[in-house]
Amino acid sequence: MKHAISVKVNGATYRRDVEPRLLLVHYLREALGLTGTHIGCDTTNCGACTVLMNGLAVKSCTVLAVQADGADIVTVEGLAQNGKLHPIQEGFWEEHGLQCGFCTPGMMLTAVQILERTPDPSDEEIRHGLDGNLCRCTGYQHIVNSVRYAARKMKEESLPAIPQPAAAAESGTGKEGR
Amino acid sequence: MAVTKLFGARIKRREDPRLIAGKASYTDDIKLAGLLHAVIVRSPHAHARITRIDVASARQTPGVVAVFTGADLTGKVGPLPCAWLIPNSELKTPAHPAIAVDRVRYVGDAVAVVVADDRYSARDGAELVQVEYEPLPVVTDAEQAVRPGAPLLHDEVPDNVTFRWKLSGGDAGAAFGQAARVIKQRFVNQRLIANPIETRAAVAQYRADTGELTLWVTSQNPHIHRVILSGVLGIPEHKFRVISPEVGGGFGSKIFVYPDEAIAAFCARELGRPVKWVEDRRENYLVTAHGRDHITEVELAVQQDGTLLGLRGRTYANLGAYVSTAAPGIPTILHGLMLSGCYRLPAVDYEVVGVLTNTTPVDAYRGAGRPEATFIVERLMDLAAAELGIDPIEIRRRNFIRADQFPFTTCTGLSYDSGDYEQALQMAMQMVDYPAWRARQRGPTEGKYIGIGASTYVEICGLGPSPVAGAVGFQGGLWGSAVIRVHPTGKVNVFMGEKPHGQGEETTFAQIVADELGVPIDDIQVVHGDTAVTPMGWGTYGSRTTAVGGGATTVAARKIVDKAQKIAAHMLEAAERDIRFESGRFFVDGAPGRAKTFQEVALQAYLAWSLPTGMEPGLEASAFYDPPNFTYPFGTHLCAVEVDAETGGVEIKQYVAVDDCGKAINPLIVDGQVHGGITQGLAQALYEAAVYDEQGQLLSGSMMDYVVPKASQVPLYATARTETPSPHHPLGVKGVGETGTIASTAAVANAVMDALRPFGIRHLDMPLTAGRIWQAIQDARQTKRGAKP
Repeated sequence: MKHAISVKVNGATYRRDVEPRLLLVHYLREALGLTGTHIGCDTTNCGACTVLMNGLAVKSCTVLAVQADGADIVTVEGLAQNGKLHPIQEGFWEEHGLQCGFCTPGMMLTAVQILERTPDPSDEEIRHGLDGNLCRCTGYQHIVNSVRYAARKMKEESLPAIPQPAAAAESGTGKEGR
Repeated sequence: MAVTKLFGARIKRREDPRLIAGKASYTDDIKLAGLLHAVIVRSPHAHARITRIDVASARQTPGVVAVFTGADLTGKVGPLPCAWLIPNSELKTPAHPAIAVDRVRYVGDAVAVVVADDRYSARDGAELVQVEYEPLPVVTDAEQAVRPGAPLLHDEVPDNVTFRWKLSGGDAGAAFGQAARVIKQRFVNQRLIANPIETRAAVAQYRADTGELTLWVTSQNPHIHRVILSGVLGIPEHKFRVISPEVGGGFGSKIFVYPDEAIAAFCARELGRPVKWVEDRRENYLVTAHGRDHITEVELAVQQDGTLLGLRGRTYANLGAYVSTAAPGIPTILHGLMLSGCYRLPAVDYEVVGVLTNTTPVDAYRGAGRPEATFIVERLMDLAAAELGIDPIEIRRRNFIRADQFPFTTCTGLSYDSGDYEQALQMAMQMVDYPAWRARQRGPTEGKYIGIGASTYVEICGLGPSPVAGAVGFQGGLWGSAVIRVHPTGKVNVFMGEKPHGQGEETTFAQIVADELGVPIDDIQVVHGDTAVTPMGWGTYGSRTTAVGGGATTVAARKIVDKAQKIAAHMLEAAERDIRFESGRFFVDGAPGRAKTFQEVALQAYLAWSLPTGMEPGLEASAFYDPPNFTYPFGTHLCAVEVDAETGGVEIKQYVAVDDCGKAINPLIVDGQVHGGITQGLAQALYEAAVYDEQGQLLSGSMMDYVVPKASQVPLYATARTETPSPHHPLGVKGVGETGTIASTAAVANAVMDALRPFGIRHLDMPLTAGRIWQAIQDARQTKRGAKP
């Protein structure tokens, strides 16, 4: 039996009927077509699927879509606002914080949470904060630099960590659940 | 050399905008109308006979479209071939069916595939495939597998030995006869799992009307995938398109041609609908090729002053249940030949035995043979230094190939192109303040023991040249390729034969071409990964893409300039020899006002209203660059650790890497490659191990059980470079993708073992976990009762 859920993603509200077992990450990727959120493991270790749910970084492979009913989600696609990169995206680009890019969306969303909680984090705080996200390419050093870059930028320009999308237009409803 | 505006510039990457926006398209992101999903049913037994498969209930699962077993593939999907047939080794490559028919040989061997409308239904169906097995005896360890009476995996391999490869150079017998000391040690290079964060995946689409197959696959070498799968599936190359879209890391594990992509293609062809298969992480651990897994007994002959005389030994290389695509070449060519390290070693006598066991196939993993060799050589240097009472840095210096000895031919026949090992060592020594660490080590311990480890390494990279590849049995060429197409407006496409998957060549190759053609970098787009549009190329591995692909790109760009210069001369009514080309302008020597821009020339090349007599219109060039030799990056990594004797925990206090990868095109990207490489190598030293139980179950079968290092588990790295250009490369580059991994394992292991010297501990096998170190300290204290260090 399918359940009707309504989820706000990157400012737009989506209504879909979903199976109770559908994972949030599959809902985002396959029902909504937001493939920027990736799947890297099946044990909640790698963090590639990290999104913000009601302002908290969650691993969307470990959340059921039905649990997100009524929630406010931010994915990598929602980081940039009005065509302007989020400071964390800018940081990753400027500081070579990514190579293959697969862990990057999840890594950036975790970083946003770190910066939301600790606007001026030490290297140690950044590394500890990123421990739920695995990167196999960079050795993390440039990722740490990227987060510091974003912290500086956000301070200089008084920018919020969590993007504040303008109330987006209502998206269409769909019956397909998967 | 052309204008060097961008070569050497630390510019940010051109691949990043799509990646940081979440707009990149990886294989699992491909969506096609009517797409079906496949889930592969895998053996839970390491060795068993299949007595019965019942797919009836799986077929009735809602959403399930089809179920196929090995019998369904027979005659339609050939066995997966091995593509590195090392000569003079009695190599046997037993058949590797895509889906097992009557016998499974490792946990994860495919036994059936379920195809359904969506991935959840496919998984439901897979749960209901009933397979009855008759378990057979299991062997997982290479040394045990070669003993008489060991369980045998393949009828055609009567002793589980796939090859015996012998290597000799110089007179090892004489060397050991005159040695003042012989250092003996058994080394284990433990099995590792590559762990790209993107698992493997494939999407296959077949058109019955034309017989064309398009396969999107997570590949480091789409052209190799096409060549091999063309044979496996019986689809000719001209109707077979392989697209390797965005690839989320590979580290070697996406070189190989696996059963899974052949199965997906088979399903698409049978069903007439596109089929997607995506590996989950557990499958990735079970079926994607593992790395390393060598057991080595080795001895080193030295003089009293530390001068190396000879090395001899044997490595048992565990290759798993089947001989994977490149597997035989890794422990032999890429390992055995590098056992000289960066030293004047006069004699080698060595044997590598390739062994089949009931485990996941083993093949290249970042560094591929060279980290194993470096680990052996560099550990031996430290053991020799300790036995002879020589400082470990000093013994290296005494044996270095000197800068004036290049090109240097090793006793086993490699010709190292260039190097200055002493210079890199000196720079690293200054960066760590070696004497200060030694002083601190001699100071009060308070339960914390300091160790300093060095790894002075050299690696064979930039794989080609092709005649050598052929001589060592690689079933392909090893050149690089590029097509450069200049459009009428002077905009440029570069089509690469190789396949970057995180290394940033969309940026570095654009840097090369911008300089060579004198056009703005924004006018250049680099294209890769699609066999329908890119020239045949052998792929990205072995730190080869910048060396051979960059070589091809440079040669192609120079062909463009050559033709453009002729056109410019014609347009300017001057002799070609009087034309100069600088910063994108062709002008008459001595009359800089008489000039045509590159863009004006490009337009004329296509208008063709006035071209030199006999010249074809258009402005594009292709190049297949077969290097005259390999490249040999080198360097020194130094590591200082502190071991807590009460917990066995290791803390890396300082890590310094001085690498020489020849000329660096983009230092930012080079640093990134080095950081990532070091992290994988130090993880072998401290954290990672793929572990099987006696029944062949992978105990380290998930990310919860296998330690891929986290951000807080790795230190800050200080990197620096010396630049010794490769003398035979048009740009002087050598390659940097693997340096860190090749160097760091030995540096970290040597540092930890140095810290444990006060306990009389000579050697411990990796990973050097807190538990293992703590236990060794307890054992040592027991042995030396009362003699507190």
